[in-house]
Amino acid sequence: MLARRIIPCLDVAGGRVVKGVHFESLRDAGDPAEQAARYDAEGADELVLLDITASHEDRATLLDLVARVADRIFIPFTVGGGIRTVEEAGLVLRAGADKTVVNTAAVRDPALVRRLADSFGSQCVVAAVDVRRPADCGAAWQVHISGGREPVALDGLHWMEQLESLGAGEILLTSMDRDGTQRGFDLELLNAATGRVRIPVIASGGAGTLAHLAEALEAGAHGVLAASIFHYHGCSLPEARSFLRQRGFPVRP
Amino acid sequence: MTVVVDYGVNNLRSVVRALGAGGHAATLSADPEVVRLAERLVVPGVGNFGQARRNLATSGLADAIRAVAAAGRPILGICLGMQLFFETSEEGPDEPGLGLLRGAVRRFRTGMSVPHVGWSAVSLTVAGEAHAMLARHDARGPVFYYHVHSYHPVPAAGDAVLATAEYDGLFPTVVGSGNIIGAQFHPEKSQQAGIDFLSRFVGWRP
Repeated sequence: MLARRIIPCLDVAGGRVVKGVHFESLRDAGDPAEQAARYDAEGADELVLLDITASHEDRATLLDLVARVADRIFIPFTVGGGIRTVEEAGLVLRAGADKTVVNTAAVRDPALVRRLADSFGSQCVVAAVDVRRPADCGAAWQVHISGGREPVALDGLHWMEQLESLGAGEILLTSMDRDGTQRGFDLELLNAATGRVRIPVIASGGAGTLAHLAEALEAGAHGVLAASIFHYHGCSLPEARSFLRQRGFPVRP
Repeated sequence: MTVVVDYGVNNLRSVVRALGAGGHAATLSADPEVVRLAERLVVPGVGNFGQARRNLATSGLADAIRAVAAAGRPILGICLGMQLFFETSEEGPDEPGLGLLRGAVRRFRTGMSVPHVGWSAVSLTVAGEAHAMLARHDARGPVFYYHVHSYHPVPAAGDAVLATAEYDGLFPTVVGSGNIIGAQFHPEKSQQAGIDFLSRFVGWRP
């Protein structure tokens, strides 16, 4: 029995936890290592840290932060933000991460995903995919890169299939339409994605209530990523686990 | 003193930290003489079987680990570290394993996604229930451990399978015989369950 995962996410900028709405309007939510230790103590299944400004900032700061967080937790630790090469991914793994996230760099250089998988194993390679429904209400989801700032000519579902065949170990799928809104995950997107790839899909963007987490798992997500619901809304991880267990999902005690 | 064997693979520091969280001092060492004299050994590991086996041979650590095994002192292998205890692995068919446990390491034969990654419930077998280190391990319900692997052990002797987990069928996830024990999962990434597992190992007198 493989447990479904509840994964708190720390969006980090300038060494502090921040959280935006629609990828913008950042506000301060504390020290990453302290937050990480709290989530570990509450029984998080995994922790994701995304350095959302990493493309522009000092890499050494991120590596130091990764090491500080890794020192405080006993759960799998996934780190992303501005990773462009096998060497950079290697530094993040050596600093204490178990998996690395690639997004923009994978779109610009898809073979990077293959090189990462060959170097570290597929289990180390999480492909983040940020999508938005086009304004013209087309049926597809369009991929965006550079922290959501830049739309590219890629269909989200097709891109996820490509990522799987390139060797990605899992997909971290964010609906930009729902991100930070707390109106619930894009379930249509999750249904479509989990029907197209065999690797685990982690749902991100829109969690506002515990019922939203259950909906995402019902739609086929292997795990749910959530930030605001745990940072600001008084929902605890033990509450989330017991809620999901009552709904019949296999979760850790 | 518990010694954690450093043979050039990732993920070593977290094993020392998890032992420390249970109140147990441990030393990380790449020195065959330190390893040879260890009261008990932990052989961790993430990586490739063939490469790791060659590292153990050229560094002299393979002989040191065998010496601790022959002296009857307790040895715990984690993930790749455990797989190296077997005679062969499909991941490195040209390199024989250490042969501390009889049997082979095989790739998952499944249509499901490989590697198997995540928290899986682990259940003791009859042999596991009778094992001094593991008895009553799951007395309070199923225990979840974090797994991440494409290969799993297949011991030659059925009673060397001490616990199983399920991924498109049951696979052995704790194996052992005499003073040797190994886990396919990562106790150092399995929170309190893993810290408790490592503490059981430190308290084990085979």
